[in-house]
Formats: sequence, C-alpha cells, structure tokens
Amino acid sequence: MSSLSASEAFLETPPVDVPAPLSVRVEDLHVTYRASLERRPTVARRLRRLGRGERVVREVHALRGVSFDVLQGQVVGVVGANGAGKSTLMRALAGILPPTQGRIEVHGRVSTLLALGVGFNAKLTGRQNVTLGGLAAGLDREEIARRYTEIADFAELGEDFMDMPMLTYSSGMYARLAFSVAVHMEPDILIVDEALSTGDARFKEKSFARMQELCAQARTIFLVSHGLSTITQLCTEAMWIDKGALVERGDPAKVVSAYRRFLKVGATAVTQEDV
Amino acid sequence: MSDVQVYTPFRRGLPRLGPYARELWARRQFALELARTEIRTENTGTGLGQLWLVLNPLLLAFVYYVLTSILSGSAGGAARLAHIMAGLFLYYFFSSAVIGGAMSILSSSRLILNTAFPKMLLPISVVLVSFMRFLPSLGIYAVVHVLAGQPVTWQMLWGVVPLALVLVFATGLAMLLATVNLYFRDTKSFLPYTMRVWLYLSPVLWLPEQVRGSLAFLRWVNPLFPLLGSWSEAVVEGRAPQAWMLGAGAAWAVLALLVGAWALLSREREFAVRL
Repeated sequence: MSSLSASEAFLETPPVDVPAPLSVRVEDLHVTYRASLERRPTVARRLRRLGRGERVVREVHALRGVSFDVLQGQVVGVVGANGAGKSTLMRALAGILPPTQGRIEVHGRVSTLLALGVGFNAKLTGRQNVTLGGLAAGLDREEIARRYTEIADFAELGEDFMDMPMLTYSSGMYARLAFSVAVHMEPDILIVDEALSTGDARFKEKSFARMQELCAQARTIFLVSHGLSTITQLCTEAMWIDKGALVERGDPAKVVSAYRRFLKVGATAVTQEDV
Repeated sequence: MSDVQVYTPFRRGLPRLGPYARELWARRQFALELARTEIRTENTGTGLGQLWLVLNPLLLAFVYYVLTSILSGSAGGAARLAHIMAGLFLYYFFSSAVIGGAMSILSSSRLILNTAFPKMLLPISVVLVSFMRFLPSLGIYAVVHVLAGQPVTWQMLWGVVPLALVLVFATGLAMLLATVNLYFRDTKSFLPYTMRVWLYLSPVLWLPEQVRGSLAFLRWVNPLFPLLGSWSEAVVEGRAPQAWMLGAGAAWAVLALLVGAWALLSREREFAVRL
C-alpha cells in the first residue's frame, strides 16, 4: 500500500499538517433522470403519442452541480430531506448511475450497502447469498471462503440460519447480513445508505465500532442517515443536500443543527434516532 | 491507492473494450454461480424436483411427434422421433436462452441498482442456465438414438460445431433483446409467439431436404436453418454436415454476437436510469 509508506515517511515531520490522500473528487455533478410519464414505455403508446404530436418525457434533475473532495479516512455523513438526492449521489459515487454532467473520480474499491438491500435472492440460503454477493463485488472464491467465517460471525445469525433460505429471515437479520458482507469486502470506500435502521441497538453499536475500525485503516465511509445523532457521533464531517444541491458542508454538529433549523424540528428523541 | 475510477457523462458509444473485458473475465465465476443457483432453486417446490429437467423435453418431444404423425398421416417411425428430439432439444435450449435473456436485465433491477458490474454477465448467465438445463437432455437423446437404430459414427462429433454456434447465436440475441426490452417493453410479450413461429420455420418438425420451391428462401433467411440442419445431419444421421450450412451458421452466429454485444455495451451505462 503506497498510502502506508507515504504516511510513514511523513512521521518524521509531525508538526506539519499533511493532508491525507484524496479518496473521492466530485466536480459539478449533475444527474438527470429522464422519466417517461408512462410507467411502461411500449411501442403502441409511443406510436399513439407520435400521432398526437405529444412528448411525454419529464426530466427529474436529481443532482444539480454538486462538487466536493473527500480525503481518505473520513466518515462523511449525508443528511437531507426525502428526495433531496442523497441516494442518487451515493449511486453515482458507486458507479451505478452515470453523471449527466460533471466528473467523479474515485480512488479505490467501493463497497455499497444501499437502501434497496443487496442483490440477494431470497430463495437462496444466507451462505449462497454471501458467495453470490462476494462474486458480484469482484472477489474470487478463495477470498470469499476465507472471509465467510468472519462474515457469518459478525452477522451473528447462527449457523442454522446461514443455511436456511433468506425468505425465513426477519428484516433485521437481512440487514445484519448485508452490512456484514459490505464491511468485510475490505473496501477502500464504504457507502452505507440508511441501512442501519433495522438493526437492533446492540448490532448498531457493533456496526459503529466496525466502521470506526475501517476509517482508522484510512478507508473512507459515506453514511446516509436520518438518525441525526448517528451523524454527529460517528462522522468526521457532514454534508447537507437539498433539492439536488450541496447546501452546507463541514463539522457534523454545525451541519446537523443547520439542517434541524431548516426542518424546524428540535433535537427530540424522534429526530435523534432512526425510528 | 491501487485503482482510480473516473466516471464521466454517458455517451452513446462503446466503452473501452480492454478494461471491460478484464472486468468481465474477473467476474466469470459470478455468472457461473448465478446460473447454478438459478437451476438449484427453480424446481425446489415440485415433487419430482430436478427430474423435470429431463421430463420436460421428453414429454414435449412426444407431443410434437404425435402432432407430426397425425398431420402427415403416418407414424414416421423411430427415425423421425430421433430427428424431432434432437432438433427440439437444441431448439428449446435456444428459445429459453433468448426468452430468458431478454428479461435478464429488467428482472435484475435490484442487483443493478446496488452493485456496479458489467451488465453483460446477466444475459450470459441466463444462456448458461439454459445450457445446463439442455445438457441432461443429450443423455435421453443418446438412449433414443440407439433404440431407434440410428447409426453411431465418429462423424457425430461434428455436432459440437453447430452446438457451439447455437450457443454463440443465442448469446448474441439474448444481449440484443435484453437491451431492446428496456426501451420497448412489448418485446417480451411478442417473444413467445415469435419463437413458436420460428420453431415451425426451422427444420425441427420437418427435414431440411423438405424445403422446396417457394420455401427455399428459408435456407438463407432463417439462421436456425443451417444451424439446426447441420446439427441434425451430424447427430441424427451420423454424417459430416454440409459445408455451406456450417459456413452460413457461423456467419449468423458471429453477426448476432457482434450486434448484440454492440447494442448492450453502447447502452449499458444508461441501464440504471431506464429500469
């Protein structure tokens, strides 16, 4: 790892505040969905529209010119109202959604834990899904076999459940396994999108600890959450996104309180935690 | 950091083929595992389980044997049964690969929205599923072949060539239709009828020699004519297929692969916003 040797080299001159290497650079990012008003684009409807001379394409401008740099080892909290563009931003960083305009530069391997859950097939057992998820992420069988025990231990579902179809899992168990797979992929960048809300309190603590461990290893984490205390506790910086634009970025406590003022809600138990 | 990914706006056109091919190759195990798990789960609810992989084509072959016997007014003997079986088994591999392949992108929307990977793996994996289902039916055919007193010769090994060509042809078509189906959702509804007519236009229920007069054009416009014709000549009759059939079949297969791969690759980055 080049970053390790670099930091060792700098150890001799500690007083100088050396910036960590770049992890993610986003320049003027726009993402537009071209949504057809019809749910199912079919030839017949298209012909009918052509006959009437209509155009039924509506553009949803999900991100409008977002720019930022994130250095390695940061935990970046992302807050914003529903529909603000948080998940779109996360998907763009993961390379799932192409930018409509602008540029994204990502250093290293990305592991995602997005709102929809993993591409898990519910008919398969937990074990088979771990294999499938790992292979999709680009690991080979040996690497997966090596990490399997760690993944299963971390998720704490018990051996019985690992060999049962995931149909039999509760949503919390599902989330635990998904989280465990994502953090054990040894990502350089981990993206967690509202995925912690179904875990119980103990698992949440455990996942916090694991994330802190990852960022101590100079990994970068993006955390989208509506649990505002999660953001202030865990993150080294925060971003507030509204209507597709970056409104504020900086110290988590400041950003969260600005966001709270915007929402006109106080720091009640409801806003603090994922309910 | 090892690798830097840069995402820029989507443009119609091919991605850089070198890195794409490397990504594809790195995830070959994923396509294989996806196919295997699909086979494993599909018959889990039925009493006869995996036996259906063999029973389905067998019953179907008898249905068509009865049909052609009634239409032609004669039983036709075991040789015709062997011809129908060999052709039908290969044809059903082809049609299930194409129909399944056409749905492969749309039905994996969760996976696509959560993980960045080369989407070409999805139709390839569906073709693999169909191929794995096809393999056991070769065993049944072997039994029928011997019982029918068809010649057993070294020339039968020529059958590998049309088999490989059908595999390539089906992969190309699966990639093309998977892409087309995202833009015109009617595709999947038309497909079963198209495939049925295609069966009747191909030398499965009749022999390649039987096309004469005004139907002779079928030899040149129907890609399955040379592909299934040469398959039947090699496998059923035990002789080397006519050279023109292998040549024409190879040309169709390569054409389908090129067009299919181009269609999918040039649109793939847009898939996530089209689902």
